[in-house]
Formats: sequence, structure tokens, C-alpha cells
Amino acid sequence: MPQNQSKRMLAFALSGIVLAVLPFIVGSTLGNSWVRTLDFALLYIMLALGLNIVVGFAGLLDLGYIAFYAVGAYTFALLNSPHLSIFMPWWFILPLGAILAAFFGIMLGTPVLRLRGDYLAIVTLGFGEIIRIFMNNLNAPVNITNGPQGINMIKPIEVAGFSLGKPVELFGTTYNSVYIYYYLFLLLAVLTVIICHRLQHSRIGRAWVALREDDVAANAMGLNIRNIKLLAFAMGATFGGVAGGLFASFQGFVSPESFGLMESIMVLAMVVLGGMGNISGVILGAVLLTVTPELLRDIIGPLQMKAFGRMIVDPENARMLMFGLALIVVMLVRPEGLWPSKRRKAEFHDALDDGIPAADSQAADGLKG
Amino acid sequence: MADALLKIEGIHKRFGGLHALNDVGLTINRGEIYGLIGPNGAGKTTLFNVLTGLYQPDEGKFTFNGQDLFRQKPHVVVKAGIARTFQNIRLFGEMTALENVMVGRHVRTKAGALGAILRDRATMAEEKAIRDRARELLNYVGIGNVANERARNLSYGHQRRLEIARALATDPTLLALDEPAAGMNPRETEDLQALMEKVRSSGVTLLLIEHDVKLMMTLCDRIAVLDYGKKIAEGVPQEVKSNPRVIEAYLGAAHA
Ligand SMILES: Nc1ncnc2c1ncn2[C@@H]1O[C@H](COP(=O)(O)OP(=O)(O)O)[C@@H](O)[C@H]1O
Ligand SMILES: [Mg+2]
Repeated sequence: MPQNQSKRMLAFALSGIVLAVLPFIVGSTLGNSWVRTLDFALLYIMLALGLNIVVGFAGLLDLGYIAFYAVGAYTFALLNSPHLSIFMPWWFILPLGAILAAFFGIMLGTPVLRLRGDYLAIVTLGFGEIIRIFMNNLNAPVNITNGPQGINMIKPIEVAGFSLGKPVELFGTTYNSVYIYYYLFLLLAVLTVIICHRLQHSRIGRAWVALREDDVAANAMGLNIRNIKLLAFAMGATFGGVAGGLFASFQGFVSPESFGLMESIMVLAMVVLGGMGNISGVILGAVLLTVTPELLRDIIGPLQMKAFGRMIVDPENARMLMFGLALIVVMLVRPEGLWPSKRRKAEFHDALDDGIPAADSQAADGLKG
Repeated sequence: MADALLKIEGIHKRFGGLHALNDVGLTINRGEIYGLIGPNGAGKTTLFNVLTGLYQPDEGKFTFNGQDLFRQKPHVVVKAGIARTFQNIRLFGEMTALENVMVGRHVRTKAGALGAILRDRATMAEEKAIRDRARELLNYVGIGNVANERARNLSYGHQRRLEIARALATDPTLLALDEPAAGMNPRETEDLQALMEKVRSSGVTLLLIEHDVKLMMTLCDRIAVLDYGKKIAEGVPQEVKSNPRVIEAYLGAAHA
């Protein structure tokens, strides 16, 4: 036991060191834009872990998750930019965005309580679009969101009078703000991981899994399905809201374009590709799906120039094409995701020699699945 | 004077044109084993679903332990003290046996999301209590050795027992078992009978649907017979057995 524990401590210490120096290694070898990509990877880890609560833990397919990201981002943007000339401290509006997002989570959750599967997916998708369309159109008659132009000059996060948006000088070298944000995002991503892990291994986490496995049985065992579903929606949305606020302060600019259906699908793809329900898997999915497109961007253009002396396929199209192909291949080869939870893996692999009667035999209990 | 625990009166349940429960009334006394028999399709499971809140009855009265449970939600019914198993086993297949029983403790515990995140002392103590109680119940029903197996991998007999353990985890006053011996061999049925006696002597009242007539005759204090959604007989096993309407219902069903 102590040996096991010291091994774990060692692993933690090592990953801690790697994560701490990562931006400097990446920055000095690949440039600042890659540090920025790292920042986004951390942001997407938070988003994907939030969605994982809803989709992975509780089994509720949510295609409108990006709406909560939008709520967090716009809350931050509206309350800390020249657009409405309101400048509130970040430590107030970041949690406010999270609470508002949770509120929207419950607003979405309440009408869809009785829906499952495809129907749930369609309604949540609609919800995501509604929020985006609101952001797009709330510029008249009273200009609230500034419409499609979005809101810019959002103030960066400030700690003790020190703005994270400004470059810092350290030992004679100037470091871009992407470095400082890296540590802030890392801190919050780690916090998200801890919270998700603790939720998973708790009374609440068990209730979510029970709900996912068989909602009728869960209900008959005394679980209040309504509360458990709403809690999943609200908790998931909270993380989306925080990530959105961070995004707004990091970018300094938000517009409805960042919150389209494609983004929702991207975050869902991170969860599914990595391994629904498994925290490590979801982290892997988020990192891969953030980094790979950037990698392809760096590779495809120059490669074509080298091979053919000119651009044959538009690099942007080629990038998305390859990315899509890669996703399809992964899902064909490993439908349970790259790093599934043990539970999920088993679901995919012995669905055939099932000991438990599935939906078709539920007739005898008179209850539809 | 018998002490009534559950009382239903004039319960009706219709599915479209089908009158699945037609004016059903019965009283279950505290501490007894009450049997429910009847041909297939008679409405026994439907009655269970009504009693556990999974179906909303169309009319009638339903009181339990002094509480009105007419058209209450399933989780309210469980909280009031009625737990059940399913004719077609409905375990949480990918969870371990232990986790299944731990889910059963949900209704008697209260740690929320905040407690889960902060892992404060009360939450941790409660979590430990949930785990300990779940282990105890697995041992109680005799499957402590498979605590960490996933439910779907358990043998059929073990799954049936696990469902009972999960139901017991809700601290029920009334335990309702829907065909618990279905698909069991005589040996397993005997063990199950012993388990049910044990549960009863621990102070839990039992409501039992079963086709095994011999088992019902030896086990039950009183039996009600349903046929086409109607209660056609009720009484101690000997009475019911010699009731001409019951014989006819069974013979009729056998001929159909
Ligand atoms: N959800 C339902 N919808 C329609 N008909 C149902 C439903 N549940 C049960 N029934 C019907 O009610 C009748 C009684 O069924 P059930 O209670 O399962 O019988 P038993 O358990 O006594 O074999 C059957 O005819 C069955 O088809
Ligand atoms: Mg039945």
C-alpha cells in the first residue's frame, strides 16, 4: 500500500512538473500560437468535462451545450467591457456567469424531463440555436448584445492590480499573456477534474449512472428522477458558464459565431471520442480535438507546397476533411472511445451475451423502456 | 385484531379498452406474507405498478401506513416504505452488485452535490455507512462473495437475490416481490423461501406474486386471486385452494 501510494505521488509530481514547464517548452520550440492552443485545450477540457456530466454520467444527450458557454461568455462580456460601460470585477462576474448558466441549464432541463434519446437531442439542439439567435438579434430595439458584430475590448482578468492580459517580463524575457492564462486555466481545469471525480464517486454520481442504466428501475428505487436530471443539467451548465467567462476574458472579444452548432458538436465529439463517462478519456478527447486541427493546419499547407509547388486543395478544406476522416476511423475502430471507462467498455463488448433482458422483454413488467 | 398496513379500495386501471384492474380492493396486514396469484395477464403486475406509483390508477383509494398514496410518484412511495422487485429483472447492469444496493440507500441518505465536492466529514461518514449497509445486505441475501461483480454478469439466481437486497436497502415496511422464483430450480426456490421467511421475521411485511402454487400455499398467510383484472377470491391458502371460482379460473386459463 505505501509503495503504491508513493508511486502515485511520483506520478502526480511528474505530471505536475511537466504541466508547469509545458508552455515554455512549447513556446520556445513552436511559438506563442501553440501556447495559445494549449490554453484552448484547457478551456475545452473544462467544457467537455461539464458536458460529460450530462451525457457521460447521466446519459442525457445534449446537443445544445454550447449555449451555456455562450451565457458565461456574454455575462462576462456585457459586465466588463466598454459596450455597456459596465466594469465589474471578474471574481464577481465569473461566478455570476456560472450561476446564470446553471439557471439556463434548469430552464432547458425542465421542459425536456420526459424526453429521451433522439427527442432530447433535437430539443437541446434547438435550445442551443435559440440562445445563439438571441445573441445575434438582441441589438434592436435596445442594443444589448451588439448583434453579429459581437462585443470587443472585454477587460482581461486582473489579480491584485495585475492584468493577465499584458505581457510580463521575467529574467529579461517578455512572456505573452497566453502564458499567464495558461496557469489560470490549468488551475481551473485541475479543479474541474477534481470536482468531476468527486461527483462521480458519490451518492449523486451513483444516482446519475442508475438513471442512465434504467430510469424506471431508478425511479422505483426511490430516486427522484426530476431532481437528478436537473442537477446534471445544472452542474454541466455551470462548468460551461465558467469556461465561457474565461473564454471572453481571454479572447477580449465574443460574437454569436463562436457558439454555433458546430461548436456543440465539437465538444460532444471530445466526450464521445475520448470515452464517455471516463474523466481521463474526456481529457484526452478534448486535447486531441483541440490540437489535431491546429497540427493539420501547420502541416497540410507547407506539405502541398513542398510536394507540388503550389496549393492543390484549399488547406482549410483539406484540414477539415482529414479531421472528419480521422474521427470516422476512430469511431469505427473504437466505438467506445479511445479511453473508455471500464463500465462503458464492457457495454460495447458484451452487449451480445447479455445476462439482463433488454427493452424487448420489459413487456412483462408493463413498462416501456 | 389484525393491524392493516396497506389498504386499497375500488382500484381501476384501464389501458385503452382493456380493463386491467377492475374494482380491486385488498388489505395487507402488518407482518404477514400476502400472496397474489392468477393466470397470466390477470393484472398482478399491473397492480404492483399501481402500488409502487409507476402507473397512475384511474380511480380508487390507496393508503399505506396511515399515508394517502393515491397517484403518488414512485419515489414518494418508496420513501413511505414500499419497495419492489421486477418480474423481468431490472438491475443496473453495468454497476457492481454492491453499487446496485448502494443506489437503494439513496432514498434514506441525503448527501448532495456540495457535500460530494467538499467531502466534508458528514458526507464521508454517510458514504461509509451506505457502503457498509450495502455489504451487510449482500451478505444477508447470501451473495456477499460477488459484491464487486457487475450485475449483468451474475447468475440468474444471484440477480434475483440482488434485486431483493437492493429493495431492502430502501428500508421498506412492505417488500413486494414479482415472481421471485421464476426460472429457479427447486433447490434455489427452497433457499429463496428461507430468505423470504427471514425477511418476514425481521419485521418486513411481504407481498408476493408467484406461480409456484406449492410455494405459495406453504409460505403465504393469505392469498388473493386475480382473474381478468378482478379479485375473485381471498383468504387463507386452504380456502382459496378449494374455491370453485379459483379452480375454474385456472382450468379456464389452462384450456385457453
Ligand atoms: N403499459 C401497458 N399498456 C397496455 N396494456 C398493458 C400495460 N401493462 C399491462 N397491460 C395489459 O394488462 C393486462 C395485465 O397484465 P399484467 O398485469 O402484466 O398481468 P400479470 O402480471 O398478471 O401476468 C395484460 O393484458 C397486459 O397486456
Ligand atoms: Mg406479471
